[in-house]
Amino acid sequence: MAAMFSQNPLMNGPNYSFSQAPTTAGAGFKEHSFYPYTDNGGSTLAISGNDFSIIAGDTRSTSGYNINTRYAPKVFKIGGTTSSQDDATLVLSVVGFAADGEALKERLDTIVKMYRYQHGKPMSVKACAQRLSTILYGKRFFPYYVTAILGGLDEEGKGAVYSYDPVGSYEREQCRAAGAAASLIMPFLDNQVNFKNQYMPGSGEGHALQEREKIPLPRNEVEDLVKDAFDSAVERHIEVGDGLQILIITKDGIEEKYLPLKRD
Amino acid sequence: MPGFDFTNHTRNAALHARGVPLPKATSTGTTIVGCIFDGGVVIAADTRATSGPIVADKNCEKLHYIAPQIWCAGAGTAADTEFTTALISSQLELHSLSTGRKPRVVTCMTMLKQHLFRYQGHIGAYLVVAGVDPTGVGLFTVHAHGSTDKLPYVTMGSGSLAAMSVFETQWKSKMTEEEAVTLASNAIQAGIFNDLGSGSNVDVAVITKDKTTLKRGYVKPNERSKKQKSYVFKRGTTAVLNEKVITREEISKYVTVHELEGGETALGEKMDLDV
Repeated sequence: MAAMFSQNPLMNGPNYSFSQAPTTAGAGFKEHSFYPYTDNGGSTLAISGNDFSIIAGDTRSTSGYNINTRYAPKVFKIGGTTSSQDDATLVLSVVGFAADGEALKERLDTIVKMYRYQHGKPMSVKACAQRLSTILYGKRFFPYYVTAILGGLDEEGKGAVYSYDPVGSYEREQCRAAGAAASLIMPFLDNQVNFKNQYMPGSGEGHALQEREKIPLPRNEVEDLVKDAFDSAVERHIEVGDGLQILIITKDGIEEKYLPLKRD
Repeated sequence: MPGFDFTNHTRNAALHARGVPLPKATSTGTTIVGCIFDGGVVIAADTRATSGPIVADKNCEKLHYIAPQIWCAGAGTAADTEFTTALISSQLELHSLSTGRKPRVVTCMTMLKQHLFRYQGHIGAYLVVAGVDPTGVGLFTVHAHGSTDKLPYVTMGSGSLAAMSVFETQWKSKMTEEEAVTLASNAIQAGIFNDLGSGSNVDVAVITKDKTTLKRGYVKPNERSKKQKSYVFKRGTTAVLNEKVITREEISKYVTVHELEGGETALGEKMDLDV
């Protein structure tokens, strides 16, 4: 009976233990695991216009059912000459694993700054977009666990939005939602920005019906869409809320806005 | 042989040593509380129902009727709290009818725990049972595995820690009804704002020996703000690929058709619509 409750594995009694190797033969090594990623929730959203880009993100950081903080920015200015980033022309948003997002932001910022010092001119969004892809793919087998969106103005001064997957696949788009509530926001954007599934009333019968004409949206209307998209996401997704950070990139610089969201 | 049954000990120890983790308790989000006061008891709940990270219902009812003077707040699996309370309510009504006495809170609590224990935790109902009966005021918690507690103030659900922090700092013995309602409401709000599994409004039920008052939507601290834009589509925006008209004569074969008076709309819950 004493052997039954012995702490000595050699005595072959079954015992609870974390360090003890299995007492039966053939089990081999015990694998301990460490999972380096966590999901911090939240959502981001970007829309490009004719002469502007808007990138927004909520400011809640979560782990499980807990709120880490109600103000943790997910949208960052990139490549300014000072720490205040006043003269920056690029914006990066990152959502997913906050620590990786922070690391990626720091790395891209450093690279864009170095580019400016070495070439004597600011980096274009196009170049930065390609560089970001390279950074992400460089960690193909230990990825930055983030969905990134890069925004700015292209060489013609038109709004540009580039969206990424965690390992660097990227594409220039009209608009993109990412993060926890992406599946809630994206269909809304398809309908309201690209007018998907909207037809011109009385323009034809059945398949002859004409699609609603696509027109670039003015800035105030896009801002309204962003606010409404996040208000709705907050209603239905528990990881989205607290605050909304909006960065608007125009030829005159980057304008920053903060709006409160519901905190429940 | 009397005492505990260690039948599975050897097996469990062997499984654990081979790396099988101990069973993990899962909980679905909610904050529910209960608190006694001089002459009665108050229970309160938030109104958010979730499935994973998605809010399934923004204004659900978590305060369940058991008997006129016994009510129950439920956390855990929604279906389990709903059906378990309904079942016990029914049995308690019959019990009351056959004994000719008012049902007691301890009786209700005992029936719940025996039902839940029989199902070994597979019925995921976590309940706060409260009421007033001829023996006095009763307040209990019942866990899914069948354990119970009898305390002057209780919290349950994923927001239980947030709510309990309010009770532990502000609770005092001998409170008035108003004080107890405010305290319970504050405890729920701590859950609403600090626990992601809880949200929306506060529901409160006050039970005294004379009457029960259900205060649905006692506090509404999370009203939706007005939309910036109108999302009304022009009539004809949606593509119509084919059309089929069912005449009144045809549908009358299956259902009875009533003619509505001029301008009158059908009875039913009104939906929020954009204008």
